[in-house]
Amino acid sequence: MSEIKDVQGSYVKIRGLTFKRGRRAIFDNVDIDIPRGKITVVMGPSGTGKTTMLRLIGGELQPDGGIITVDGQNLHKFSRKKLFLARREMSLMFQSNALFTGINVYENVAFPLRVHTDFSEEMIRDVVLMNLEAVGLRGARDLMPSELSGGMARRVALARAVVLDPKLMMYDEPFTGQDPISQGILMKLVRELNTNLNMTSVIVSHDVSTVREVADYIYLLGDGKVLGHGTVDEMMSSDSPYVRQFMKGLPDGPVPFQYPTIDYSKDILEVGL
Amino acid sequence: MIDTLQKLGQSAIASLIRIGRAGIMFFFLVFNPKNFVKNFRSTVNQLFYVGVLSLPIIVVSGLFIGMVIALQGYYTLNDFGASTALGQLVALSILRELGPVVAALLFVGRACSAITAEIGLMKATEQLSSMEMIGVDSLGYVIAPRFWAGVISLPLLTVIFEAMAIWGGYLVGVKLLGVDGGTFWSNMQSGVHFYDDVIKGLYKNLAFGVVAMWIAVYQGNNCVPTAEGIGRATTRTVVYASVAILGLDFILTAMMMGGW
Repeated sequence: MSEIKDVQGSYVKIRGLTFKRGRRAIFDNVDIDIPRGKITVVMGPSGTGKTTMLRLIGGELQPDGGIITVDGQNLHKFSRKKLFLARREMSLMFQSNALFTGINVYENVAFPLRVHTDFSEEMIRDVVLMNLEAVGLRGARDLMPSELSGGMARRVALARAVVLDPKLMMYDEPFTGQDPISQGILMKLVRELNTNLNMTSVIVSHDVSTVREVADYIYLLGDGKVLGHGTVDEMMSSDSPYVRQFMKGLPDGPVPFQYPTIDYSKDILEVGL
Repeated sequence: MIDTLQKLGQSAIASLIRIGRAGIMFFFLVFNPKNFVKNFRSTVNQLFYVGVLSLPIIVVSGLFIGMVIALQGYYTLNDFGASTALGQLVALSILRELGPVVAALLFVGRACSAITAEIGLMKATEQLSSMEMIGVDSLGYVIAPRFWAGVISLPLLTVIFEAMAIWGGYLVGVKLLGVDGGTFWSNMQSGVHFYDDVIKGLYKNLAFGVVAMWIAVYQGNNCVPTAEGIGRATTRTVVYASVAILGLDFILTAMMMGGW
């Protein structure tokens, strides 16, 4: 297993994490530290459990082994009620945006405020409009989620995710499927939010080009393990064949191009026999 | 042989797990009055979608059922010279059986299937997960209001269904076939007992509502979150709920006839 640097003041600490789906181990004794106030990107090929990692940190899934602490608290030991309260401090932006389709943009952003605060209607309005202004969608407040473009929906999801000023912000593939302009806007927003609100951010992504611009620290997952970690420069100049293949986007290497199967020539010759 | 046994055991355990899950869900839905109070507004909203929007199908179907019962009943009774008992026949068959059962079956097709599909789609689009991540219990916020709205609205819809059916019977029997109006109503009045026929019918109907809504919300919440999964869950809701209603109807009727 890769050696983990002892990062002082980690906001999220993962030690010996094991998680299985059926017999397949998604994570096998994984250690990760998410440094406080920084943007950490968790990378890896599709299907390596990056999204599962976020759900484990958020306490939605229970690990089969190991400990995950968020700001020193082990959420997996919490009662349901306490867990819901703890989630006020963290937020997850889903890959599918997960906007509530039955209510408009304004109500979507107001939803966490109505649940967790006793703000007056006037105050809720101010906070919602400030957040919508920050993502450039104050004018879209009355639209329904079905009327939004993909980029707009992503920005509404971002506004909703940060409306309670969470200490930990988790993004699941925030830049995937976005046009270059939306991608640029989102990257700028993610960076600004992290700096201005002093958040700790975790981004799950496999898009190397965007990650290089926003990441402070990178973890590369694969085969249920941490295959490498470091700053952007360290990762780009890494000697590890796995890291090199992934960061440079090489089609073949330690991560094989072919799905495991029998020998090609044997397979071809056996046809029709 | 061992393989077959193993598969049998596996499916039995899986079924037990599903029943257990559904049981826990039912417990949380029914024995959690705080949820009901907290999400009262949401329940009222759902009453509109589940109840008020089901009115057209209930009214039209009720009318036709009453009309056809009167038509069939009239010719059969007329053979025995007993066409004056038409009011009693229409009222008893509607109030005791057809009203509670047919209204419930229509409700399953119209409302329960929609609820399963809606909850299933919310699950597939991660809306339920995102609600949980915001710190809101989706069971209380999304599922309980739909469950209660269904349980409350079915008996009310059934009463409307029965009233429409009796009126439909009157239209065909009295206005079309010429049975005397006074005899039609007075025979109905003397032949129908309020508690034994009307209220007992509605008791059954309440039980149908609880079971059908339970199946609908469970299937929605536990569907495979894909287009195919939601389709299958919706079909299962309609099939399971319809069979449950008909089976339960027999059991409850037998119990009531037996003096329970």
